[in-house]
Amino acid sequence: MAILIDETKRVLVQGITGREGRARTRLMKEFGTQVVAGCTPGKGGEDVLDVPVFNTVEEAVEQVGPIDVSVLFVPAPLVKNAALESIDAGIPLLVIVPDRVPVWDVLEISHSAKEKGVQFLGPNTLGVLSPQRAVLGMMGGRAENARQWFKRGPVGLSSRSGGITSSIAYYLSQADIGLSTQVHVGGDSVVGLPHPEIMLMFEEDPETKVIVLFGEIGTSQEERVAEMIQTGEITKPVVAFIGGKAAKEGTRFSHAGAIIEGGRGTHAGKVAALREAGAHIVDSFDQIPEVTKTVLNGL
Amino acid sequence: MARLFEHQGKTLLKEKGIPIPKGMIANSPSEARRAAEQIGCPVVIKAQVWSTSRAASGGIAFADSPHDTEKQAEKILGQKIGQFVVETVLVEEELSIRQEFYASILIHDRVPGPVLLFNVQGGSGVEDQAGALSMDIDVIKGLCPSEAADLLQKAGISDSLQSKLSDLLVRLYQTARVHEARSAEINPIILTTDGELYAADCRIAIDDYAVFRHPELGIEIARELSNPPTQLDKIAHDVEFHDYRGTFYFIQLEQDFHKGESVIGFHGAGGGGSMMSMDALLAEGFRIANFCDTSGNPPASKVYRAAKIILSQPGIDGYFASGSGVASQEQVHSARGLVKAFREVGLDIPAVIRLGGNMEDEAVEILYYFTQDLSTPVEGYKRDDPASFCAKRLRALVDGHHPFKIKEEPKSAMFPEKPYQFRTVTKGTVVFDHALCVQCESKICVEACGPNILKLEEGLPVLAISQEEAAKGKCTECLACEQECLRYGKDAAQITLPIPGLD
Repeated sequence: MAILIDETKRVLVQGITGREGRARTRLMKEFGTQVVAGCTPGKGGEDVLDVPVFNTVEEAVEQVGPIDVSVLFVPAPLVKNAALESIDAGIPLLVIVPDRVPVWDVLEISHSAKEKGVQFLGPNTLGVLSPQRAVLGMMGGRAENARQWFKRGPVGLSSRSGGITSSIAYYLSQADIGLSTQVHVGGDSVVGLPHPEIMLMFEEDPETKVIVLFGEIGTSQEERVAEMIQTGEITKPVVAFIGGKAAKEGTRFSHAGAIIEGGRGTHAGKVAALREAGAHIVDSFDQIPEVTKTVLNGL
Repeated sequence: MARLFEHQGKTLLKEKGIPIPKGMIANSPSEARRAAEQIGCPVVIKAQVWSTSRAASGGIAFADSPHDTEKQAEKILGQKIGQFVVETVLVEEELSIRQEFYASILIHDRVPGPVLLFNVQGGSGVEDQAGALSMDIDVIKGLCPSEAADLLQKAGISDSLQSKLSDLLVRLYQTARVHEARSAEINPIILTTDGELYAADCRIAIDDYAVFRHPELGIEIARELSNPPTQLDKIAHDVEFHDYRGTFYFIQLEQDFHKGESVIGFHGAGGGGSMMSMDALLAEGFRIANFCDTSGNPPASKVYRAAKIILSQPGIDGYFASGSGVASQEQVHSARGLVKAFREVGLDIPAVIRLGGNMEDEAVEILYYFTQDLSTPVEGYKRDDPASFCAKRLRALVDGHHPFKIKEEPKSAMFPEKPYQFRTVTKGTVVFDHALCVQCESKICVEACGPNILKLEEGLPVLAISQEEAAKGKCTECLACEQECLRYGKDAAQITLPIPGLD
């Protein structure tokens, strides 16, 4: 098992004819993801890497049959309508890759998704990858890298930073610790599947034995994970690293979510909450593989 | 978040029908006096700065006469509050206060959605809203007056005050919604002795990512800053704004420094990896001149412009580029952008460049090849080299670096004999000197071209597509033709990428 994505899922790419859409469709297909259709308004009838392109999501579903996931590579201002189109077509999972999606648009997407029972990863996500199975988004960049860098195994990884998702997964794999699934929840302040949701999925997943969490300053995600450990909703061991120790209150370093507002979401507060809940807090990034190994060996 | 000044926020509230005190802005003491004359005394004089501690820092004063207003304004204008020098004051009628309340709309990631906060206690000093009542708002339906009234009922407010206040809260929500604010706070709402409600202060922050569709707000730089934007911040923002490919984010953190103080120009990639890389620099005792992030697979031209902007800070002792270490983006573009900038400025400080991830071997090879003739050490690293190790390398290089006094002259612009040229999507120019191309055997430019838009015509490189297509973005500004021509050809290609305000 893995979470969110495996080789059995049928995938649609919205914005497949653009620069990023094309490049990442190649990555996904070569890695083993079943990309069954693409969608770009006005480009229906074309194909990209042998994937048929349709004008609308509805048309794609009609022509190729049920779709499990839609991955969005459309410019940020167009994300809302593209996402609502997929939600209306009944696709149960969306992966919203673009950065800079206006937050009120995300709230509307979230509202509609909740009504229809749809989940979405992102916005501003590198995606999700289950080693040796399938990838959504752009994790790894190229299939040959992704195959070489990421090994399969018992660790579930949930991260607020895209680059760090890859680097933790790589350094764990180098230390012979494989992964069930590695998830970038997205760098924004409001995301569809924040850490707590991903943790619950890992809790349910029999292949995952240990969860590694990369948190950041800002938002309430890590605090909520701490609560869930306390209440017993999460019973699997959690290894956590929180980035942004040196960041000042009120200054944002790229990730829209990584900002301390009104004293909430500080580095110290998150570390204290997780430590108190019994998570294994790692102080230095380089120690993540070592600590994870110790925790795995102790099971 | 792009913060608005109090007077800007109040203008938005007023447009939505929320009463605000009679007031005028003033940029000089005499303007303040004239404002007081028009409004009528007594007045309040309030510094227009993004700070929560104006009252405590002397940014708020009261005056009984126009003359007194002028004197008080003189004290406040030019004063430094937090990191901001006061350039403008707001002169307002003084209200007779019966009661003060607090209200705000903010977006909570936990809901996720907009949340209304209300507190029967408001006013300066009431910053901690632990006692506030909160209510989730349905983003599609919006806030209706009856819901606002329910919340006020819980707060013990009833009758005519309840209906007046709920009307105000609905209008506050509408203000936040229409202008796409991430937060909109009125503290205090003042109930005057004659029973009227006023927004006496307000703080509104607009969502950075929505600023593009709100030209009416006139926001210059769409991001939260703890300092006023510097000239360099503005130049960088302009580059970002005009090139949607990938992310480019730049903030100047220090300005007052000189050579020899271990201040580093920082060039990160990705938010998480950048923060970690900055922590690694701090651990080596460096200071950081700027934050910069080029990520999301930006073209080489964007990385180049970022590097030029970083290098324009005269006092830096070193250059450190480092992201997560295992990048998904094509690192070869980063390498090409960096070396073009390094060559153009005639780099004379040590540089440590961590290019781990997708295409790292090609990227590091490019970095070494095109910096070998520079007078300063440039080291390239890959995914197995942690940020902490790379920061240590930079420390060793900076400590051991004694630059020659004679700086190499940057490469002068060539004057092509037989120019063939085309424009790029960011108003750049690619020029081939066909007088040199004719002697070239390699014709490497055609082969190296990333988007494959060049062809040979009578043995000379020309576009295989129209000039218009190239200028619309088919030329991705990968810089490969220029650099590979230098390496294998006749150094006949030159790409000029303007950076308005810096050149």
